[in-house]
Amino acid sequence: MSAEQSGKQGWPLYEVFVRGKRGLNHVHVGSLHAADDAMALTHARDLYTRRNEGVSIWVVRSEHIAASTRDEKDPFFAPSADKVYRHPTFYDIPDDVPHI
Amino acid sequence: MIRLLPGAGKHVTLIPNEWSVGKLVTMTTTHAAEAPPPHAPDGLQEHFDATIARDQRIEPRDWMPDGYRKTLIRQIAQHAHSEIIGMQPEGEWITRAPSLRRKAILFAKVQDEAGHGLYLYSAAETLGADRDDLTRRLIEGRQKYSSIFNYPTLSFADVGVIGWFVDGAAICNQVPLCRSSYGPYARAMVRICKEESFHQRQGYELLMTMMRGTAAQREMVQDAVNRWWWPSLMMFGPPDDASPNSARSMAWKIKRHSNDELRRRFVDMTVPQAEKLGVTLPDPELRWNEETGHHDFGTPDWDELMRVIKGDGPCNDRRMERRRTAHEEGAWVREAATAHAAKQAARARKGAAA
Repeated sequence: MSAEQSGKQGWPLYEVFVRGKRGLNHVHVGSLHAADDAMALTHARDLYTRRNEGVSIWVVRSEHIAASTRDEKDPFFAPSADKVYRHPTFYDIPDDVPHI
Repeated sequence: MIRLLPGAGKHVTLIPNEWSVGKLVTMTTTHAAEAPPPHAPDGLQEHFDATIARDQRIEPRDWMPDGYRKTLIRQIAQHAHSEIIGMQPEGEWITRAPSLRRKAILFAKVQDEAGHGLYLYSAAETLGADRDDLTRRLIEGRQKYSSIFNYPTLSFADVGVIGWFVDGAAICNQVPLCRSSYGPYARAMVRICKEESFHQRQGYELLMTMMRGTAAQREMVQDAVNRWWWPSLMMFGPPDDASPNSARSMAWKIKRHSNDELRRRFVDMTVPQAEKLGVTLPDPELRWNEETGHHDFGTPDWDELMRVIKGDGPCNDRRMERRRTAHEEGAWVREAATAHAAKQAARARKGAAA
């Protein structure tokens, strides 16, 4: 049976991450469909790095990514807001103390 | 897997996940049978409105009104289809390009159009659209693409004029879309705009080269300009008073400027370029208006635009037929790749079990 006819059996979705240059993290740039990992890599090269946009590519099946809950104002991140002492500005240091 | 936190889970709607697009977020599967509520509960609508008002981006997993999602899917799909169909008018000249240099440039340009289509399909999928389904809708004529690609490319000068006018108009349209309220769409537009600039410049340079050539070449350029000018103005869509959905799209910041505003911007941008090139734009009403600080120009033939959109343009059938044939003739490649991947996966499983 063809992938076309079965519809849902089309090539799986991959997310693509590109390292722009040495010293930078891989950054998510988009997604694509491919039959397998090797094809996903070559397609990612053709699609997302036609103009020297990267020196390294990661691809990962979208279904393998676990994500936090849906909203950016999510309670999941709430605990990070109430610990002001984690920030350097929390501490009062006199102006005349050098190099701090 | 992260557990749904208390309070956040009461009214989970079927929101696609940027990471598992078109499927349900794992943590919402228990609610899979529930349809999204007609009215957004728990201040979700307010949160959405506030995000738009603050000029922040809506991201795939945020709650969004149904109309917003549907409008975006339609607009992004139509945009993607335009890029894909847009490969054809110029692609027809790849084998007939006058030099290896022009051939290589044209190849790169047409490849970019394919890339743009794929970035956009990828963005549409973050809204829950299915790529095979989008392709099917295009092939069956249930979704539209830009009217401009239904005009023929009669001479090599058309390749230059398409780069100059059509990609120039696309830049006018698309630069503001880089600030569209929907994150994945805006990000795709940033990539696309960078590449469109190459397209426009290569077109203009091609025309400058021809204008330095023989009288016959200059005539070819003027002829192409005459044929493409009005269809290019139509690319911005119907006039504002006949564009019923525009206001809502502007309120949602999916769209940033009105059709007429963008059209005028395109004319203002193009007139001095035409002068430099030494061609005449085929509009007797075109003149500079001191008072408004813009050009006055004639009215495109809106009946023609409607005819072309409805399928009765010079090349509609040819474009659709070509797309359909390419899809059908590529089926065996897709099937073979799927079969190969399945075989490799089975081998790997067997190896792991042994």
